[in-house]
Amino acid sequence: MKLIIIIISMVLVNNYPLAQFLGICPFLGVSKDLDSSVGMGIAVTFVMVLATAVTWPIQQLLNSFGIGYLQTVVFILVIAALVQLVEMFMKKSMPALYKSLGIFLPLITTNCAVLGVCITNIDSNYNYLESLVNAFGAGIGFLFAMIIMAGVRSKLVDQSRIPESFRGVPIILITAAILSLSFMGFNGMFS
Amino acid sequence: MEEKKRLSILTNGIIKENPVLVLVIGTCPTLATSGSVETGFGMGLAATAVLICSNIVISALHNIIPDKVRIPCFITVIAGFVTIVQMVLQAFVPSLYSALGLYLPLIVVNCIILGRAEMFASKNGVLDSALDGIGMGIGFTLTLVIMGTLREVFGNGTWLAGDWFGLAKGFKGIPIFSNFIPGMSIMTMVPGGFFVYAIVMASVHYLTKDKSKIRNDFGCDGCANAGACADGDCAAQKQ
Repeated sequence: MKLIIIIISMVLVNNYPLAQFLGICPFLGVSKDLDSSVGMGIAVTFVMVLATAVTWPIQQLLNSFGIGYLQTVVFILVIAALVQLVEMFMKKSMPALYKSLGIFLPLITTNCAVLGVCITNIDSNYNYLESLVNAFGAGIGFLFAMIIMAGVRSKLVDQSRIPESFRGVPIILITAAILSLSFMGFNGMFS
Repeated sequence: MEEKKRLSILTNGIIKENPVLVLVIGTCPTLATSGSVETGFGMGLAATAVLICSNIVISALHNIIPDKVRIPCFITVIAGFVTIVQMVLQAFVPSLYSALGLYLPLIVVNCIILGRAEMFASKNGVLDSALDGIGMGIGFTLTLVIMGTLREVFGNGTWLAGDWFGLAKGFKGIPIFSNFIPGMSIMTMVPGGFFVYAIVMASVHYLTKDKSKIRNDFGCDGCANAGACADGDCAAQKQ
């Protein structure tokens, strides 16, 4: 039951881009059309789960040596190496998948949502399974937000008359603000 | 001439290439920590310290670092400085440490720092890189303070509330509106961050004389990974 609550709360209540300001750059930058949004969302989910699967045991190892303060350095290096490895593996053995997802992988290394979810899992004392589920939920929430954003942008933003100063980035930010306003309605679902 | 160039490196980051408002990088910490002037200022200072130190070290080492593994090397240097800043804040300013929370370790993946390392420090000398770090840091901090001011004044009706690194414990802030009307608390919450950022950026667009310089989309220039994903989405967006 706790696992289901974690997923739902990560998707709706604590949605990463819309409620916690994590992963804003790809959320605003790649959400131009639906295909790339879905690709990016799936790639982020995949890397999040994988990074959590690796970093959680590493943190236990660091703690057992009493060097938990090295968390930031170790985590970011592990994530960077992991993403590189996945990219190489995909390129070699799954060229079809690489073509649709692989192009997003280098972008993900410096995505704050991935490092964020790894650190959050440690800070909130989740066990291994809960951490994995939390990472999965965060990824799905990101995918969800990306899809909504891409839909809104293709229907409204590109075809409406916008004041000159608001063209470009500001109107995208206003759209994100209204989206996050509506997501605030989910607040207090599990309080 | 030389000095003039140095000065322009320093001022570039503040106005002409302001990282947040013109280059549109480092959006996550900007939105997340500009809820009040105090947290915004603290975040700005922390990021500036990391930016200056990492720029200096990376520009000093850029001849030694092999080109192929430069990004992991840069990240390691940055992560080291972030850890130092984290430990210093935890020891001396615990209130700021807990207010910034998750966003403090996330300075590592702040596009501004990695972006400047890739675009500037790895190509220029130590002094120029330090100046660039100071300029970009001031630009970042200034933007955060402006956004923090707007969000705090409209959200709480006060200005400059907070502990201020333990100097003014429990300072309630200068009342602006709070004596006669309650604040719009939405401004200090998540949607307010997006709204204020949009409005500040639109004002910058309005005041910019040369409209051709306005960035219509999130560009790749500021992204540290632009080189790595040349065959990907970034390349498609560039065309």
